[in-house]
Amino acid sequence: MNIVVCVKYVPDAQGDRTFKDDNTTDREGVDGLLSELDEYAVEAALKLKESGEGEVTVVTVGPEAAADAVKKSLQMGADKGVHVCDDAIHGSDAAATSLLLAEAIKKSGEYDLVLAGLASTDGTMSVVPAMLAERLGLPQVTQVSTLEVEGGTVKGRRDSDVASDTIEASLPALVSVTDQINEPRYPSFKGIMAAKKKPVETWSLADLGVDAERVGLAGSWTKVTSFAKRPPREKGEIVTDEGDGGTKLAEYLAAQKFV
Amino acid sequence: MFELSKDHEDFRQVVREFAQEQVAPHIAEWDRDHHFPSHLVPQMGELGLFGLVVPQEYGGAGLDEGGFTYLCLAIEELGRVDQSVGITLSAGVGLGINPILTYGSDEQKQQFLPDLVAGKTLAGFGLTEPDAGSDAGATRTRATLADGHWTINGAKAFITNSGTDRTSVVTVTARTGERENGRPEISAIMVPAGTPGFTVEPAYDKLGWNSSDTHGLTFSGCAVPQENLLGERGQGYRQFLKTLDDGRVAISALAVGLAQACLEASTEYAKTRTAFGRPIGVNQGVSFKVADLAVMVDAARLLTYKAAWLKDELEVGRRSVAEVKQAAAIAKVYSTEAAVTATRLATQIFGGNGFMEEYPVARFYRDAKILEIGEGTSEVQRMLIARGLGL
Ligand SMILES: Cc1cc2nc3c(=O)[nH]c(=O)nc-3n(C[C@H](O)[C@H](O)[C@H](O)COP(=O)(O)OP(=O)(O)OC[C@H]3O[C@@H](n4cnc5c(N)ncnc54)[C@H](O)[C@@H]3O)c2cc1C
Repeated sequence: MNIVVCVKYVPDAQGDRTFKDDNTTDREGVDGLLSELDEYAVEAALKLKESGEGEVTVVTVGPEAAADAVKKSLQMGADKGVHVCDDAIHGSDAAATSLLLAEAIKKSGEYDLVLAGLASTDGTMSVVPAMLAERLGLPQVTQVSTLEVEGGTVKGRRDSDVASDTIEASLPALVSVTDQINEPRYPSFKGIMAAKKKPVETWSLADLGVDAERVGLAGSWTKVTSFAKRPPREKGEIVTDEGDGGTKLAEYLAAQKFV
Repeated sequence: MFELSKDHEDFRQVVREFAQEQVAPHIAEWDRDHHFPSHLVPQMGELGLFGLVVPQEYGGAGLDEGGFTYLCLAIEELGRVDQSVGITLSAGVGLGINPILTYGSDEQKQQFLPDLVAGKTLAGFGLTEPDAGSDAGATRTRATLADGHWTINGAKAFITNSGTDRTSVVTVTARTGERENGRPEISAIMVPAGTPGFTVEPAYDKLGWNSSDTHGLTFSGCAVPQENLLGERGQGYRQFLKTLDDGRVAISALAVGLAQACLEASTEYAKTRTAFGRPIGVNQGVSFKVADLAVMVDAARLLTYKAAWLKDELEVGRRSVAEVKQAAAIAKVYSTEAAVTATRLATQIFGGNGFMEEYPVARFYRDAKILEIGEGTSEVQRMLIARGLGL
């Protein structure tokens, strides 16, 4: 079985987030890494590979430094990598990114399953997997916390506040996974050494046959028009217990419509 | 020349992540409860940390060269978060795996190494005795050979990794006879855990390294098959001294990790803690201490990785034993004394908080002292260095 995993290189969430003049995330001079939520997708792919035959290809769209996200995935155990990298990609929104991913996946060869994470830890939109499925004409099974492949079908469980749905689709399919699905492995020493010999293709827009006008800031359908720092948390209210603390608390909660 | 390779840095990054995610959140509790985090051992095995200097046939990395430097990086990074976890790896490889790998027969290696490398088991090495430490040649433990068995009587003190739930074997040195010149003949014998007559005494109550496993061992009429002799009869002491050079560099790496942690914590604290309306770091009384920490960290790191590199070069025949010995002793004495000073400076910078277990520097302060003692005291290192200079 051939599995493609979409991974994203994101700024380290521990660091300060800054934006450029064009309202895009500043990715230069900030430490970046493989989006933690994508590690679950890589791990899910590796588990499937280990339980049978197959090959795992990771695909990323991003600036030069994004090669690190591919490398980390290869260190974890993926077999080969694809990095879509072109100056014209800067500022691509979710739809434009999904176009690039779709073209890269088609170019990378035969596939049975496309995996993605729940969301990127920087944009956190969660829409790229669905858009990608649409572009590739695949059934989509999004945000599942379990994953099984049997014969020609893939099955997963999507948990929500009120119910858990079990969803099944025929392969080839696209599946996005949550952070509940597994515990991603650390790359082992052998994995780090082996990754150096694994093939990574770097493709430009021309390689993919994608017109520069369809991607980047200009080609994106959405645009970030402004940003603001989250306001600092408001001071909490202290309820002093003068024998009626319980009543006061209940009144407060009721006033805020919590109860 | 003064930079580690990209591979080294990639590997360091993974161990750092592991230490930060799997060790840091829990270590204060483990330390307080004197808990040995046994579950980390197979995880470290999966990362490949126990196999960095081991050939592929036993599950190791199988590197042609350079494995020891990687091991030192792993020890440094674990030690940066916690010394107990760092020494568990350092002793697990240096004292547990190394002697078997270097002197073991094919059967001994096949029997023990794969599980040790995988982190399923741990091994210890017992040289020190209640009355033989720096003067390890004064070993009193005896082993007598009769009917194809060694029968061991005696006691060992302060043996790391000797009493964990996954300890498979402890190699001990023992007198096996007398030489013609009247000096004792000392050999190394492997004693599997659980052998009748081999008692692991209750864990010590230590000043630091609370999450590392240390026990006294008692042998009374403990019989093991003749084949459990490790290496050559009469070579036990010599063999051990040889593996000690590596151990010294490893302890040096552990000290670098500790000093690095002190530097990071102190820099941050000096910037954020305010007194007299300003961050304490604007005072030279504080900032010069931080500067001294930076100097110590750099110097200790350079000495350590020079020694590690020499050791890797020795393995492929490009350097001499004498060079490695000298570099190892120099690195060990400098780095460990720097680490003790570093923890003193860091706790000072933290003021009253530095005395509180809520802050890691308090644990660092307690953990540092043993570095100047284990694997040869500072005095012993100076003896060796002076000897190397022909004195
Ligand atoms: C936590 C811990 C873990 C350990 N793990 C192990 C282990 O796994 N295996 C093992 O075999 N051992 C282990 N040891 C033992 C350790 O290596 C010894 O404690 C150390 O070598 C010192 O020996 P000693 O304690 O007998 O001190 P002593 O030899 O009694 O030394 C006491 C003091 O006298 C000084 N001194 C001694 N001789 C001289 C001299 N000729 N000139 C100048 N000064 C001298 C020493 O430097 C020291 O300051 C461990 C110890 C500890 C505390």
